[in-house]
Amino acid sequence: MRTIRIGSGAGYSGDRIEPAVELVEKGDIQYLIFECLAERTIAIAQQAKMKDPNAGYDGLLAQRMEAVLLGCKKKGIKIITNMGAANSIAGAQKIKEIAQQLGISGLKIAAVTGDDVVNVVRDGEYTILETGEKLSTIKDNIVSANAYLGTRPIVEALRDDADVIITGRVADPALFMAPLLYEFNWSEENWNIMGQGTVIGHLLECAGQITGGYFADPGYKDVQGLARLGFPIAEVQEDGTFVITKVPGSGGKVTLATCKEQLLYEIHNPAAYITPDVVADFTGVTFTQVRENEIQVTGGKGQPKTESLKVSIGYVDSYMGEGQISYAGPGAVNRGKLALEIVEERLNLIGVLYQELKLDLIGIDSLHGSNLSKTDHEPYEVRARVTGRTQNMKEAVRIGNEVETLYTNGPAGGGGATKSAKQVVAMVSALVPRSLINYKLHYEVI
Amino acid sequence: MKLRELAHSRTGDKGNISNISVIAHDPAQYPILEKYVTAEVVKEFFAEIVKGDVIRYTLPSIGALNFVLYSALGGGVTRTLSLDAHGKGLSSALMNLEIPLEE
Repeated sequence: MRTIRIGSGAGYSGDRIEPAVELVEKGDIQYLIFECLAERTIAIAQQAKMKDPNAGYDGLLAQRMEAVLLGCKKKGIKIITNMGAANSIAGAQKIKEIAQQLGISGLKIAAVTGDDVVNVVRDGEYTILETGEKLSTIKDNIVSANAYLGTRPIVEALRDDADVIITGRVADPALFMAPLLYEFNWSEENWNIMGQGTVIGHLLECAGQITGGYFADPGYKDVQGLARLGFPIAEVQEDGTFVITKVPGSGGKVTLATCKEQLLYEIHNPAAYITPDVVADFTGVTFTQVRENEIQVTGGKGQPKTESLKVSIGYVDSYMGEGQISYAGPGAVNRGKLALEIVEERLNLIGVLYQELKLDLIGIDSLHGSNLSKTDHEPYEVRARVTGRTQNMKEAVRIGNEVETLYTNGPAGGGGATKSAKQVVAMVSALVPRSLINYKLHYEVI
Repeated sequence: MKLRELAHSRTGDKGNISNISVIAHDPAQYPILEKYVTAEVVKEFFAEIVKGDVIRYTLPSIGALNFVLYSALGGGVTRTLSLDAHGKGLSSALMNLEIPLEE
């Protein structure tokens, strides 16, 4: 029986590189996928591109390609990645440059464009999905708008014999489904197979999160070899049935429990997971242990795709200033509380203009508020944290400053003060008709 | 008994919405989860954090529940002032939920 083996080489932009190398060397894979675009990554990349037209692709693109390109070329492994971020063409040119440095010839690199729809949303009347407000209310602050493309441009590039395909915003599962549509000639209107394909992509897209990463809870859920955590492989049959596994000898584990946690990760209604390619239904998915570290997955289904595509819009929302300082020993909690009171009063006295202020004691209530964190235990140390939202950088800087001044103007024994201030690029989304969104393919060949 | 004895959990985030899976360690115990870990119980548990509705989806085929918590992330992952912007730790908090059963 013919199967296709797909490896997941990254679960986010900063992910470890050595598991991808391990997949190339020992994974017996035909495709290596790097999913590296978080919600906000592309907006920040767009800001970089505005400063330098050759920038705007993933910061680790070069390092990743230097690590895997030669091995992939030798073994005929095709690479698909969304590391193009805001500038897939510049990313493709960078890959070409690295290939040349490595002495590779006979390589076709495809760049997918067309996800950037900032001009479409600026001119149109759209509604912000999260708030119900008109998009025009943030029009002047928009830095990026990217539609979630589906499998189609990637499948076309594979049919054009591309060896490496680099995209901007594409729905994460589409990166993994596209080679299956290409290899098995799946019809993109066979909604059940597209639903099952979405399950494959969804389970693989966070890499180590299905092989025992983000899972360990000592005594309850133990995982061996996390330092050498291996990344997942899906071995897929023509009917969509697949097995999740990893390279033998790598760290971590693939179990029913790791697969179930990942199936529901970032899912709302499991009967209607909306992607550009299909509305997938995960409610009939079943997992079966075949042998150690091999879990078979069946039962993904689907309904026809939606008429519109989701567009993710980045805009300059505000500025944020932060400061932290630690207290230890007897009375640490009370000194931390006093520190927070002083900072709040002082910010008001000197007239720092903030819209929102958050006062936390790390070690006491910073993560889940006062009720859920209640305990009789008095911690040995606490860290006071003050964060504020402002309208400009100048005011944001003043917040961290007034935490730092606690050194000589606050309670006894404060130490390890840090401060920071940043621009907040926030994200909202809108729905745009498919007819307004057209992809293009650009090729670099050596 | 704490929920942690019966189930494991992972949090996901999208905008200002958090989702928390609750998965039976032993699928035979799934009916206990379905009975005691309701949307109302979870909303009350996170009353200080979750400002919107809590919706529960059931997946008996894998012995799991999925909770969707609206207005749960301090205005959204990309703009919240919270230390844990993604609310990654919410699943760990929920493991502390008391289930009215003897160990």
